[in-house]
Amino acid sequence: MTAQNLARSLYPLLGVMVILTLWQLYTSLSGISPLVLPSPIEIASVCIERYDLLLQQTWPTFVETVLGFALALVIGIPLAVFVANSRLFNLVLYPILVATQSIPKVAIAPIILVWFGLGISSKLALAFLVAFFPIVVDTAAGLQATPPGLLELAHALCASRRQVFVKVQMPAALPFIFAGSKVAITLAVIGAVIGEFVGSVTGLGNLVLAANSQLDGPLAWAALVWLSVLGILLFAAVALVEWLMMPWERAGQH
Amino acid sequence: MIDSAVPRGPEQLDLGGPTISSPPGPLRRAFGHFENVHKAFKRSGQVPLVAIDTVSFDLQTGQFISLLGPSGCGKTTFLRIAAGLIPKTSGIVEINGAEVERPQPDFGMVFQQPNLMPWRTVLKNVLFPVEIQGDADGGAAQRAAELLSLVGLSGFEHAYPAQLSGGMQQRVALCRALVHQPKLLLMDEPFGALDELTRMEMQDLLLNVRAKTGATVMLVTHSISEAVYLSDRVAVFSPRPARIADVIAVDLSYPRRPETRYAPEFTELEHRAGRALGITR
Repeated sequence: MTAQNLARSLYPLLGVMVILTLWQLYTSLSGISPLVLPSPIEIASVCIERYDLLLQQTWPTFVETVLGFALALVIGIPLAVFVANSRLFNLVLYPILVATQSIPKVAIAPIILVWFGLGISSKLALAFLVAFFPIVVDTAAGLQATPPGLLELAHALCASRRQVFVKVQMPAALPFIFAGSKVAITLAVIGAVIGEFVGSVTGLGNLVLAANSQLDGPLAWAALVWLSVLGILLFAAVALVEWLMMPWERAGQH
Repeated sequence: MIDSAVPRGPEQLDLGGPTISSPPGPLRRAFGHFENVHKAFKRSGQVPLVAIDTVSFDLQTGQFISLLGPSGCGKTTFLRIAAGLIPKTSGIVEINGAEVERPQPDFGMVFQQPNLMPWRTVLKNVLFPVEIQGDADGGAAQRAAELLSLVGLSGFEHAYPAQLSGGMQQRVALCRALVHQPKLLLMDEPFGALDELTRMEMQDLLLNVRAKTGATVMLVTHSISEAVYLSDRVAVFSPRPARIADVIAVDLSYPRRPETRYAPEFTELEHRAGRALGITR
């Protein structure tokens, strides 16, 4: 990391420090109840003290999110291939996809709960539903945005349809697929938490609700902090896979 | 020697006439035979757009022919028909004894843009054609290395296209077009996107590659000096709809060097091409 990069990442850190300091000052000077707004120090100490509970509750949320996301990839990418390559699929399926996407996922969460029960499958289904759309849309856009020059080159070399797909279209779509996946993984966390809110006995979302109802403000906030850390780590994991799979993107420019 | 199948160097080229290996008889045609090629693009609700009125010429094995003409005259359309990328409306397009109706695996093509795959290294880009068609004799990797060294890109095998300049990218594209030892190299304004100095450098490089490989080349250009400098023959196209305005035999000796551009014969040939294009009188 160069000195310039280091300096650049110090600026947001500085901003966070200022906000936390003001927050800390406000809570200690105003005497506001910790149920309404706990101080950053209180939240941090709960994050550490109740480490066992928080980690234990993170696991189900993590599993729901990752499985929902994985399912969205497994179903979304092949569907995008059909949408991108078949005019019929594009005409029939795409408007339906867009229409279903306009339904607020929070509103169908109770129905999903009725269908799949209180266990993991209802959360997984919700995580899948929110993660699915950006993956399909971005993958289809990527497949359709294959540079025409590369398609003509493959055509001139008598490449088969399968070769064109595997060697040209898919690699060309990779940046799009990862862009969609990065949006999808953060949405998948939200989907899992919505599922936990509507009906669950485990998970960080459930912990936020439970702590709130027990008037334990600091614990609810600590669960929120863990949730956002989970989201950031999952996003970083997808970004890492992208970094590993696309070495040409980080090759220095001429 | 990269391609030993074509033993003749450009010095021994005969410009037209039957080759030594041709069997006798009037039906034996040249390597490339184009006769009354006509192309009209259908347009809905309008009369068809005639891109090529009628074009006829022959191309001998090992010959370098340039199709010279003003922008939009149909010369690129003609090249794409010869490549089998688009169908002709009528006429005969016969290459190596067969009518060209679809892309041919034994053609090589260089486009205006390098069209390299950003996710492949230089070497993998060059090897793309043999990956598509299968490495028949197993010598592709060696040929690729030889070609890259011929165009001065040794040491860049594992670089990505984004790390190369435009001229270097087009050199990679040239290697890719030659790696599967094509019978015919088709080039569509390959240096059009490059600056003047890089362009001249690339022309010398192409002459060198062609001398080493003995490739038969058809090149589309709108640069008079490029056409004269590179070719054995220049087919001058009229403005759309294309006809052949003149076919100029370029009898400048090989090897050609940058000084060749200032020779009186060179200027004379440029004048003749200019007259055929209607630029000079």
